[in-house]
Amino acid sequence: MVDERRLKEVALTPEEYRAIVGELKRAPTEVELGMLGVLWSEHCSYKSSKALLRRLPSTGPAVIQGPGENAGAVNIGHGWAAVFKIESHNHPSAIEPYQGAATGVGGIIRDVIAMGARPIALLDSLRFGPLPGSSRHVEGVVAGIGGYGNCIGIPTVGGEVYFDECYTNNPLVNAMCVGLVRVERLMRARAEGTGNSLMLVGADTGRDGIHGASFASLELDETSSERRPAVQVGNPFLEKCLLEACMDLSVTDAVVAIQDLGAAGLTSSVAECAGRVPGAGARIDVARVPRREQGMTPYDVMLSESQERMLVVVERGREAEVEAIFQSWDLTSAVIGRVTDDGLLTVVDGTHEVARLPVGLLTDGAPMRRLVGVAPQQPPGLNIDALPPLVDPGATLLRLLASPNLSSRRGIFRRYDHMVGAATLIPPGGDAAMLRVKGTRLGLAVTTDCNSRYCHLDPHLGAQLAVAEAARNIVATGAHPLAVTDCLNFANPDRPETYWEMEETVAGLAHACRALDLPIVSGNVSLYNDSSGQSAIYPTPVVGMVGLIEDYAKRLGAGLRAEGDFVMLVGSSNNDLGGSEYLNVEHGVVAGRPPALDLTRERAVSRLVLAAADNGLLHSAHDCAEGGMLIALAECCLLSGIGVRCPAIRPEAPLRLDAAFFGESPSRFIVSLPSRAMPELQSLARRHHVEISLLGLAGGDSIEFEGQFRLSLDEMRQAWEGAVV
Amino acid sequence: MKFGVVVFPGTWSDRDCGWVIDQVVGAELSYLWHKEADLKGCDCVIVPGGFAYGDYLRTGAIARFAPVMEKIGEFADRGGLVWGICNGFQVLCEAGLLPGALIRNASMEYRCQWTSLAVERTDLPFTSQCSEREVIRIPISHGEGSYFADPATLSRLEQRGQVVFRYCTAAGRVTSGANPNGSLHNIAGIVNARGNVLGMMPHPERCAEAELGGTDGLKLFRSVAANAMKVLAS
Repeated sequence: MVDERRLKEVALTPEEYRAIVGELKRAPTEVELGMLGVLWSEHCSYKSSKALLRRLPSTGPAVIQGPGENAGAVNIGHGWAAVFKIESHNHPSAIEPYQGAATGVGGIIRDVIAMGARPIALLDSLRFGPLPGSSRHVEGVVAGIGGYGNCIGIPTVGGEVYFDECYTNNPLVNAMCVGLVRVERLMRARAEGTGNSLMLVGADTGRDGIHGASFASLELDETSSERRPAVQVGNPFLEKCLLEACMDLSVTDAVVAIQDLGAAGLTSSVAECAGRVPGAGARIDVARVPRREQGMTPYDVMLSESQERMLVVVERGREAEVEAIFQSWDLTSAVIGRVTDDGLLTVVDGTHEVARLPVGLLTDGAPMRRLVGVAPQQPPGLNIDALPPLVDPGATLLRLLASPNLSSRRGIFRRYDHMVGAATLIPPGGDAAMLRVKGTRLGLAVTTDCNSRYCHLDPHLGAQLAVAEAARNIVATGAHPLAVTDCLNFANPDRPETYWEMEETVAGLAHACRALDLPIVSGNVSLYNDSSGQSAIYPTPVVGMVGLIEDYAKRLGAGLRAEGDFVMLVGSSNNDLGGSEYLNVEHGVVAGRPPALDLTRERAVSRLVLAAADNGLLHSAHDCAEGGMLIALAECCLLSGIGVRCPAIRPEAPLRLDAAFFGESPSRFIVSLPSRAMPELQSLARRHHVEISLLGLAGGDSIEFEGQFRLSLDEMRQAWEGAVV
Repeated sequence: MKFGVVVFPGTWSDRDCGWVIDQVVGAELSYLWHKEADLKGCDCVIVPGGFAYGDYLRTGAIARFAPVMEKIGEFADRGGLVWGICNGFQVLCEAGLLPGALIRNASMEYRCQWTSLAVERTDLPFTSQCSEREVIRIPISHGEGSYFADPATLSRLEQRGQVVFRYCTAAGRVTSGANPNGSLHNIAGIVNARGNVLGMMPHPERCAEAELGGTDGLKLFRSVAANAMKVLAS
C-alpha cells in the first residue's frame, strides 16, 4: 500500500486505490498511479456528475455529433456543420487570472480544431466578486482573454460578466468556441486502424501543469497559490500556427483523427482516443516525445499539461506527408507510438516498460460516486406587499443602469478583437452576436447565459430560465435556436446541499431543453468552486447556445432603428420581483422566488417574434431580462441613440408599478416596427395567442413616460458606461 | 491586376484581405509565403494585420528579416505599390520603408472599435476613389497603434503632405477625443515621399461589405485596383 500522502498528491482515495489493485491484481507502478490519478479526477472522469448528465437530451434531427467527442456538431445546411463547446477554466483563473483565462481560451479552441473545424468565434462567460475588490481578477481575466484571442485572430463576440459576493474567492471563467467545417470533413478523435502512427505535434513538452486536472478537482484553500506551477502558460502564436497547420491537414487524407491535449495531457488524449474504439489500445514511447526541459521522467511526460499540443493519428507509412505540413509552419512533430489492438495503453521509455494499463480502466474505471442530495433551507421569502412603492422611476433607472450587473460591457469588449474574420454581422453589446457563413446567406447566432441568482433561489427553475433566456437572445436576432452546450459550475458535491443543487439544475435543464427542442451536444462540469469549505458559489449552469437564420438580411439588432417607429412590448408582465436586480440594487436583498416560467408561452412568444422577423415586419427586437422592461427599453435607446416617448404606465391591479417597470417576467421582448406593419403584427399576435402592447413612439434624445419621468440619453449613457472598467 | 497578400506565421488578416480582393473586388490574388522570396508578379503587395511571429519582441521586429521582405523592399524601390495594414504598417516601419514607429496605445489597452478618418490625400493610388476632405469610417483593432516619430520627422511628414489619414470626429474635426490611441497629430496612416508605400492602422478589409457595417474600406481596394496598372506603367 502506498502512503496516504502520495495518494493525496495524485488525488486518489484509499478506496479508489484498492479498486485499482483489485482490477490490476497488482500494485500500480509510479507512472500508472499518476496516470490513473489524473484520469480518475473529477475533472476527467465526471465521477460525481456522470449519472446526472445522462438525463440531459442530446439528440435531434440536426445533431451530427453529441457529447463524448472534443466538441459537439450540428448540421446548419448548405453542407456546413457548426462545431461548438464551452469549458471552464475556473481554478487556474482564480490563482493566476491572466494565464488561467488565456489557456482556457486556448484549450477550447483546440477542441474545435480537433473536429476539423476552423474556429470562427469565441465567447466568455465570467463571474467575479464585487468591484473594486475583484479588480485583480477582472483585469487579469479580461487581459488574458484578449491577449490570447486577439493574437490568434479569432473574434471574441460575446459572453457575459456578472458580479456577486459568492464569486469573491472563486471567479468563474467559462470559454466557448464555435467553428465551421464541411459536414463530410468533420473529424472524430478515434484511434482507428491497428498499426497507425500516433504523432505528437505542436509545442514541446515541459513540466508545466502537472496535476492540473487533479488541482481542478479540489477546493481552493490557503495553499492553492502554491499550486501556481499547476497553471500552464499560453502561447497564442504557436497555437495560431498549430491551427493553420491542422487546417492544412485537410489536403491529405492521411490523417485518421486529431485529439487535443488538454487536462491530463498525453495520458488522457491517448486513452480517450483509444477508448472511443472498442478493443483498441496504444503503445507509446516517452523517449520520443520532444521536450523543452532536461531530466524529465516518464511520469512528467505523461502528466504534463504543456499547452498548444495535439495528438494526430496518421495512416501508417504516410507520416512524412503530415510531418511536412507541420514543418512548413515550423512546428515539431514526432511519431511517439502506434495504435494497437490489445486494449492496453502501454508506455515505454526506450526499451523499458513503465506502464501497462487497460484503456477501459483509465477512461471508464473510476468508481462512480454515489452522492446524496439534501434540499437546503429555503432561501428567504419575499413579501412583495411590504415593499415600499416606487417613487421615482427615473432615479431608479439611473441607479440600475449604473449597477455593475446591468451597465454597459463596452469597456470590456472593445479590448477584444470582435471583427477579425470579416464575418461579424451583429457585434457584442446586444442580445446574441451573429456571424455569417461566408459563401451563403446563413447567419449563425451565438450567446451564453445564466442568471445564477435565480439558480440560487431555485436551481430547478433557474436552470430553465437560463435556457429560455439564451433562446430569447437568439430569437431577438431573428435566428432559430438550434442546440446547446453547457458549463455546469457548482461548489463541493460532497455537500448534500450542493449535490441537491446539481440534481435540480440538471432536471431543470433537461426539462427546458426538451420543451424547446434543444439538444445539448457538448459541455463541461466544474465542481469544487468553493474555498476551504466556505463561500460556495451559487449553482451556475451557463448555457451556450447556437441559432440559425436562413437569410441574414432578415437579422434584427437590439437598438431602435427609425424615429416614428412604434415601440411594443411583446408578452405579459407579472409581479416578478423575486431575485430581481431591482430588489438587489434598490432594496439590498436577494430573496423570493425567481419569475415563474411557462415554457409553452415561451415557445409561443418566440414563434411570434420569429414569424414577425421573417415577414420583415420588425425594425428591432430586444429581450427583456435583468432589470426588466425599462432597462431593456433604455438599452434599445442607448444602442441606437434614438429616444422614446411613452404615455404614463398605469398598470392594472394586481400588477404593481415597480414590477411593470423593473419586474423580470420572462418570455418578453421589446420590438420596434414602422406603423404600416402594425396590423400584420396584431393579427400574428392573435394567431399565436400572445399579448402585445404599445409602449410608445421612437424619437427624440430622451426616454419619457409622460408625467412619470424624463431622462436624456446623455444622462443615461453616463450612468451606463461609467460603471465597469 | 493582381494583389499579393503576405502571410507570416501569426498573420490573421490575410484571409480577410483575400476575401475582399477575390470575392468583392474580383481582382486576381496570390498569397505570398514569408519564406519565399517571390512576389509572383503582383501589382500591389499587401502586408496584412496579425501578430507576425507572435510579436513577442516588438511588433514587426522579426518580420522585417523574412525572405519575402527583401523582395518587397526592392519592389517598393522600383515604385511598386506596397500597402501595410495594422501589423503590416508596424512591419513597414521596422523595415525602414516608412518613417516612425507604432507604440503602445495611450490607454495601455487593446482597442477594437470603429473610427472616423479624415482623408487628406486623394491623389494617391490608394485613395483616388475618395473625395476631397472626405470622412471615412474604418475600424481599428490593435494594442500598439500609437504613431510616434521624432519632431523633425513629424514636421517633414506634415510639410510634404505624407499624412494620408487622421483620426477625426464623424463631422471631420481632428480632436484629441477622436484619437483612439494617442497617435501624434492623430495620425492613422502615412505614405512615403514617393507615394507608393502606404501604412495605416485601421482595417479597410473589415468594412468592404454593407453587412459588416460599412463599405468605406472598399474605396481603398478599388482605388488600388484602378491605379496599379497605371503606376507600374509610369
